[in-house]
Amino acid sequence: MTLQFKPSRRDVFKGGGSLVVAFAFAPAALAQGAVQGAAQGPAAGAKPVALDQVDSFLSIDDKGQVTLYSGKVDLGTGIRIGLQQIVAEELDVPLASVTSVEGDTALTPDQGPTYGSQTIQNAGMQIRQAAATAKGALLAQAAQHLGVDKADLTVAAGVVTARSGGGRVTYAELIGGKMFSLNLDEAAVPKNPADYTIVGKATPRRDIPEKLTGRFTFMHDVRVPGMLHGSVIRPPTLGATLQSVDEASIKDIPGVVKVVHEGDFLGVVTETEWAAVRAAREIKATWSKTEPLPEQAKLWQHVRTTKVVKDDVTSNIGDSAAAMAVAGKQLKATYDFAIHTHGSIGPSCSVSEFKDGKLTNWSASQATHNLRKQLALMLSLPLEDVRCIYVDGAGCYGRNGHEDAAADSALLAQAVGKPVRVQWSRADEHGWDPKGPPTLIDLRANIDASGNVTAWESEFFIPQGAGGNVDLLTATLSGKPADNLLSPGGITNDSAIPYKFPNIKTVCHRLETTPLRPSWIRTPGRMQNTFANESFLDEIVAALGADPIAFRLKHIDPADSRGRALLERLKQVAAWETRTAPRKQGTGTTLKGRGVSYVKYELVRTYVGIVADVEVDSAMGDVRVKKVYVVHDCGQIINPSGVRAQIEGNVVQTVSRVMKEEVLFDRGMVTSLDWATYPILRFPELPELVIDLIDRPTEKPWGAGEPSAAVVPAAISNAIFDATGARLRSVPFKRDKVKAAMQLI
Amino acid sequence: MKVSLNVNGKSAELDVADPSTPLLYVLRNDLGLHGPRFGCGLGQCGACMVHVDGEPTFSCLLPVTAVADRKITTLEGLLVDGKPGKLQQAFIDEEAAQCGYCISGMVMQAQALLNRNAHPTDDEIRSHMAPNLCRCGTHVAIMRAIKRAAA
Ligand code: FES
Ligand code: FES
Repeated sequence: MTLQFKPSRRDVFKGGGSLVVAFAFAPAALAQGAVQGAAQGPAAGAKPVALDQVDSFLSIDDKGQVTLYSGKVDLGTGIRIGLQQIVAEELDVPLASVTSVEGDTALTPDQGPTYGSQTIQNAGMQIRQAAATAKGALLAQAAQHLGVDKADLTVAAGVVTARSGGGRVTYAELIGGKMFSLNLDEAAVPKNPADYTIVGKATPRRDIPEKLTGRFTFMHDVRVPGMLHGSVIRPPTLGATLQSVDEASIKDIPGVVKVVHEGDFLGVVTETEWAAVRAAREIKATWSKTEPLPEQAKLWQHVRTTKVVKDDVTSNIGDSAAAMAVAGKQLKATYDFAIHTHGSIGPSCSVSEFKDGKLTNWSASQATHNLRKQLALMLSLPLEDVRCIYVDGAGCYGRNGHEDAAADSALLAQAVGKPVRVQWSRADEHGWDPKGPPTLIDLRANIDASGNVTAWESEFFIPQGAGGNVDLLTATLSGKPADNLLSPGGITNDSAIPYKFPNIKTVCHRLETTPLRPSWIRTPGRMQNTFANESFLDEIVAALGADPIAFRLKHIDPADSRGRALLERLKQVAAWETRTAPRKQGTGTTLKGRGVSYVKYELVRTYVGIVADVEVDSAMGDVRVKKVYVVHDCGQIINPSGVRAQIEGNVVQTVSRVMKEEVLFDRGMVTSLDWATYPILRFPELPELVIDLIDRPTEKPWGAGEPSAAVVPAAISNAIFDATGARLRSVPFKRDKVKAAMQLI
Repeated sequence: MKVSLNVNGKSAELDVADPSTPLLYVLRNDLGLHGPRFGCGLGQCGACMVHVDGEPTFSCLLPVTAVADRKITTLEGLLVDGKPGKLQQAFIDEEAAQCGYCISGMVMQAQALLNRNAHPTDDEIRSHMAPNLCRCGTHVAIMRAIKRAAA
């Protein structure tokens, strides 16, 4: 049982300098590292995928090549090489001999969706345990084979050698191509970090050279034989019903194969991709008129008055109500954070193929095992007749449109009986991918006469639901079965605070609905909640005339030595100067400020502290983030270059979100359907970054894909306060809001 | 209709069903190139960027019939004997890609700058790269890569 998907170089120019015009790739010909085709996999059931089996995760072939079967996928984050480092380290094989198969429901275990900065710390540890178990078994076998004691063996590069006598045997000889047939052994002892040679070393990703030379196969490049193209036409307003379709309106477009409508789902299948684009633009259809959305100008009123279905109390210490009632210096503020879209640079894309009634779907879904269930439910297929295969897409940063495009392609493929590729347009993606929901937060604090914070209270107005399945748009529109869930992600996280005040109550009011279909976007809830908490903390600090870092050091758990070490380190890295009031430095209309913010992610893992330097044009209200210092402790670092890249991405993306981004809508539909109406950061706005990693090789490894994003918004808000004395409590910090805040001073 | 194209130094005769087809679709689907990418189709992101007669150009907006016999260069055309060119190598050395979807466009845009200004300043790089969007926040690494190639 070995599965090697060999890249095959396609020669674009064949013979006589003329171009080969027609391309039809067998899945095998498409395979470039990560792409698996249905044709190549073993018969379903040949390989276990259960979480308690070593064979679910690992195989070693007769050449000693190791394949890692990972339920978690590389969303462009570089996690693939990190997981391979863990395997190579644990097995003592060369890193180059490890390749990965990811997110294939027929071949890889269900390790949950790739979200929440959990890949290394959860899935990676399952994989480490599988490798440690495998190694233990290989050594036992080797001991028998060589007739020596297990303790007498050493391994290097997949070769087991007896210290005495020098007998040797390779992993390939011991197991090559055979099953381990072993349960994961929780007691198998992983390698001592002191002996690491691969984990902890900056290690280049293997996909990057391919991406720089045009040899990489993205989801968008997947072609299967006989494949047609599809596009979707969405209702002009949310909830509008399809009344009629004028199929003749696209009859002049060359290559239209079929117009598919089912309920309010409307799609077109064509021979070429361009025909699909044109058909979607030109087809005439009539829809009912709807106005389901609130007025954008009254969004926060709408959120505040939406029905609350339950309260989640995320912390309750002492008696905050009583403490608030005592006379003192009362502080109150309301924060809000706009609706954001994922904004993947490559709009969602997927290919589906039916063979003998069985569906194979290729997509860039971060949760192929869940997608499989959703597709089976939507199409009323038995689960075993659906296989979902992950192929690297453009970065998604959460649950964007990939799964919906997958469902679109499945529906269209079923309708025409041929494989169909669906490529969403930019407007499809900006308009219809699920959104990071609007977040409204009220905060209150009380300070007594001697300057002690006696009470902290917060209320978060956020939609109900968690990180379950986000309903497939295709199912909703076509009236097919769906889970009917609201799934915005784990957005109550980090509503509680890492500071020790005597009376604290933090409550999440879970709202029945939210205006646009919600889902998680990088650092969901944690970003919004940390924005409010860390900015409001800065308000308290200012009211007390204290220094923002000294105050945090004073109020985090005294026993939390890593938190303290991180804040101390941040002071050094950023050359922090103690201050007790906004400094309003600068000349003329250019004011400079710096702000700080801190998180212990979800109060249980990765620590991040950040300092942001900003420049405010006090006449225009424009803010530039000039420089950002990050100190980061995610425990044992697997790949420092990977962690750095994630931090860079987090900071830059979040600066964009905080300074510029807001989904616009009218009463019927999202109106920010392109990059002009939903602008994101461009190169001239790029801040300088200083990143300091604290490595703790003997600690647990924690996630790095999100935590450093959580601290960015408050650091910027607090820096604007330092520069101007004005408080920015509403993301994004656009010019008008900055000017309005400055007028309040 | 028949269109003749000159792509990465090779010429080709193509049959295009619809003369309004943008160059991007022909490069990707008819010629099987993976460098140029579809990002918006609106000239707003740069994912589709190629050189037309040496000028960085959004291939998503340009009808293929408008570029007949003009010199088109894609990411693949910057390879030297099948190996990464200097700028491509600098991106590899700096690991200047996260998802990498924008990267082909980034390289094409940056190469155009280096072709006329071998040693640009930071500000020149930033303003020249302004048309190209990256959602992963790879900008910092991309800046390092361009500077490395320009060193
Ligand atoms: S795809 Fe051409 S500019 Fe976006
Ligand atoms: S690297 Fe992902 S969009 Fe730029």
